[in-house]
Amino acid sequence: MDNAAIAKGIREAAKKLLGEGKVDVVIGYAKGTVPMRDYPYFAYTPEEAENLTWSGFCCNNLALYAIRRPGRMAVVAQGCVSRNLVGLVNENQVKRENLYVIGVNSPGMVDRRKVQALFPGQTITEVEEVGDELIVKGVGFAEKVARKKVMRQNCYTCVQRNPVISDELIGGEGPASHGGNLDKVAAPWEKLGSSERWAEFQESFKDCIRCYACRDACPLCYCHVCFVDESQPQWCGKTQDEADVATFHLLRAFHCAGRCTDCGACESACPAGIKMRRLTMKIEKDIRDLYGYQPGMAIGAQPPMTLFKPNDPQDFIK
Amino acid sequence: MRNTYIPYPVRIKQTRVETEDKQLKSFLFEFMRDEDAEAFKYMPGQFAELSVSGYGEIPIGIASSPTEGKDLLFTVNKVGAVSTRLHNMKAGDVMGVRGPLGNSYPLKANEGKNIVIVAGGFAVTTLRSTMNWLLHPDNRAKYGDITFIYGARTPGMLLYTEEWTAWQKSGQAKVCVTIDREAPGWSGLVGFVPTVTEQTAPNPDNAIALICGPPIMIKFTQPVFDKLGWKSDQIIMSLENRMKCGIGICGRCNVGPEYVCKDGPVFTKTQLDRLPREY
Amino acid sequence: MSSKILSKDKLDAFLQGLKGARDVFAPAMVEGKVGWAAVEQASDMLTEFSNTEMSPKDFFFPQTECMMRFKNASGDPEGMIMMAEPALARPRALMNIRPCDAKAFQVLDLIFVQDEMTNDLYWRDKRERTACIGLACNDPCPTCFCTSVNCGPHHEAGLDLLLVDLGDKYLVKVLNDKGAELAKDLPAAAAGDEAKAAELKIAAEAKITGGVSMDQVKSREVMELYEAGHWDRVQESCLNCGTCTFCCPTCHCFDIQDEVQGESGRRVRNWDTCMSWLFTMHGTGHNPRGTKKDRVRQRFMHKFKYIPVKRGGEIGCVGCGRCVQLCPVNIDVRRVVNDMNA
Repeated sequence: MDNAAIAKGIREAAKKLLGEGKVDVVIGYAKGTVPMRDYPYFAYTPEEAENLTWSGFCCNNLALYAIRRPGRMAVVAQGCVSRNLVGLVNENQVKRENLYVIGVNSPGMVDRRKVQALFPGQTITEVEEVGDELIVKGVGFAEKVARKKVMRQNCYTCVQRNPVISDELIGGEGPASHGGNLDKVAAPWEKLGSSERWAEFQESFKDCIRCYACRDACPLCYCHVCFVDESQPQWCGKTQDEADVATFHLLRAFHCAGRCTDCGACESACPAGIKMRRLTMKIEKDIRDLYGYQPGMAIGAQPPMTLFKPNDPQDFIK
Repeated sequence: MRNTYIPYPVRIKQTRVETEDKQLKSFLFEFMRDEDAEAFKYMPGQFAELSVSGYGEIPIGIASSPTEGKDLLFTVNKVGAVSTRLHNMKAGDVMGVRGPLGNSYPLKANEGKNIVIVAGGFAVTTLRSTMNWLLHPDNRAKYGDITFIYGARTPGMLLYTEEWTAWQKSGQAKVCVTIDREAPGWSGLVGFVPTVTEQTAPNPDNAIALICGPPIMIKFTQPVFDKLGWKSDQIIMSLENRMKCGIGICGRCNVGPEYVCKDGPVFTKTQLDRLPREY
Repeated sequence: MSSKILSKDKLDAFLQGLKGARDVFAPAMVEGKVGWAAVEQASDMLTEFSNTEMSPKDFFFPQTECMMRFKNASGDPEGMIMMAEPALARPRALMNIRPCDAKAFQVLDLIFVQDEMTNDLYWRDKRERTACIGLACNDPCPTCFCTSVNCGPHHEAGLDLLLVDLGDKYLVKVLNDKGAELAKDLPAAAAGDEAKAAELKIAAEAKITGGVSMDQVKSREVMELYEAGHWDRVQESCLNCGTCTFCCPTCHCFDIQDEVQGESGRRVRNWDTCMSWLFTMHGTGHNPRGTKKDRVRQRFMHKFKYIPVKRGGEIGCVGCGRCVQLCPVNIDVRRVVNDMNA
């Protein structure tokens, strides 16, 4: 089923749910005001459900909006979003009985920066999806681009394009992956010694402007008070100095260890184009290697960092 | 041009724990340089940033009156990092004061009027300044009746007891000091500030009221003034918000278009009625 | 004032002239992104670009700026005294500033420097010691809406010189004495060149179609705009991140923090954002803007109502469209303002 047909299916499902009063709100995506930026949309009535859409430009993770939200809600969820919903149910941030999952197989989302990079200095006014191709239009040009060429990195290595839970599946199941090897994301780090790693890390995060969009777009970051906002004691300085920037990203990454579904929302949100997955995917690989655990795959599963077992591997403690 | 972010260096001359819970402590500062004392010209209602290097700054209302000389008095509630550090400082220590900041109570514009002052808790600080200014021989004759209503939870939580006792004795002002509940050894008024205000029944004719206290006190005192026939432009209040720059730039203390640090902290109720309640 | 001509083959000579007395910065490709960089020769500068990803406000208002220093020696009274940081050592020139970003400098001048007390020397010194040379937009982006917020693709405010690309040469509009000094060696423009630039201005303005309406925002009372129903919808998807405020050329809120390392300490200011709950949090735990809605509303009200009320009708937005492009959840300022105006 193509995205337009899936979008129609989502609208029909949403209208039915809202019309029958089964949920208070359907959280999905609507068409953005700029190319390649469809955005989180809240439909409260069947009429509003007409605004829902589905495309390769749905880069936000909607699980975020389910956190501690009162009332009954439906959430449009591709594989990663459903995994985060599972994670949130397991961490007691979302009640499964209040949640209706409108599941969708993910086509693999488009990285705006990659598309723009193909047209340096040119203004893109519209991007249309036709099957596996994008038609990129601008002032005085219209060109076809293969989706695979401009897909987000995390979508290449996705292992779970189908939702792990769904109360209704729109468009049926599709392929589980795009064929990328998730372990390879971490490989460059593993070749490096500790000082080289540190240099690489500093380089990766040097453009950070500390807007915290990565944190705020992330469904794992639901602390009432984030450690960077604590003032007594103040764990982390507020400046652009390397130490402060590094403290933020390192601590956040560790808070997310064993919980990150590699949804890519952080990278999509980042206004500076920082590749935080370089860090998170190394940590997740360590979790897979050490504990054989992948986050968000089953209701009831407990993230290894929240659990102590006497036989836990501990060779990394030095 | 002077860099208005640089505090004037001051030396702590004297400290005094003010309340039984030890949360409030007063600090008397003397300027280290005469020219700074000269430059620091203020009126009751203004505030200053108290600056402790390594910790930061906090905006605190000036409790002294310019009629008392060059030294500055501040009474500080211990809540955050800076105030906690300040509470541990002692006489002789050096720190900074940046100001005076904000507007002041419109005393000069209201000469000839009766002044009613209503204070709750430690918000009494800038009203102490006001009382000392009004009762100074240079100023007292320019005003009509002065009424000072002040409440705290317990006798031990009342600030500046010696001073308001002296005002009472001087006969220069009507002083009504109250505590929330009966307490041993207390023979004064008992009851909340709104109730005492109602009993005192200040007359709105040719008068202004300066009200400063916790939100709950203000909430219940306002209707009392309404009932007594006071108009919104006769009621003057002082606001508090989180601040950093203190000079109307950094953006956090604003209430609608008004910066509490620069356009305030003193506003009439008429002004506040047209603004969001973001304070 | 007069207009001059700068032939494109003389651009490097002009740049070298500037460099005699100033450090020169201009939009350039920086690791695949259009950013601001120090330039050595004309070929370092981008001339075909829409705008830099981040605004150049940080030349005057750096994201992290040391305001003063102190010694942390305990018991040493001198140690507690703050020493101001020295002003900019060498004058600077910014080349090819887009008119929207320059307009933002002018709006911020009104905020950072108001009177004797509100007189931000950190901002002012850098402004005074920097020459601002603009480059008019002949091809505005679809997200540009400068013409509806007191600005435009050939706007001159905040600049000393404005360059208009005429093909093989620039018309150089001299806008003040500082500009006249910078352009004193350039030949005068012919009437035909000025007419061509005027035509380009009209053509560029005509390309901007996605504007906002502000008439109702202007006439309505603060509380009417504040209490309007649409804020409930605007805030829904907002992440309360700082992207919009940090990329914005006019957002200027900041935090001041003391930092101590060993025996030395400094007082620094850092960009802050009204999107953060911490921004307004009282020590007592009370928060005057405690909800996401309060914070989202504050940003738009500040720009489109509070600043106009306080600064003689100037708007805290120059229509650069950065936030439209960068907001992770596509909260489009044009849509919000039109809702405020509806």
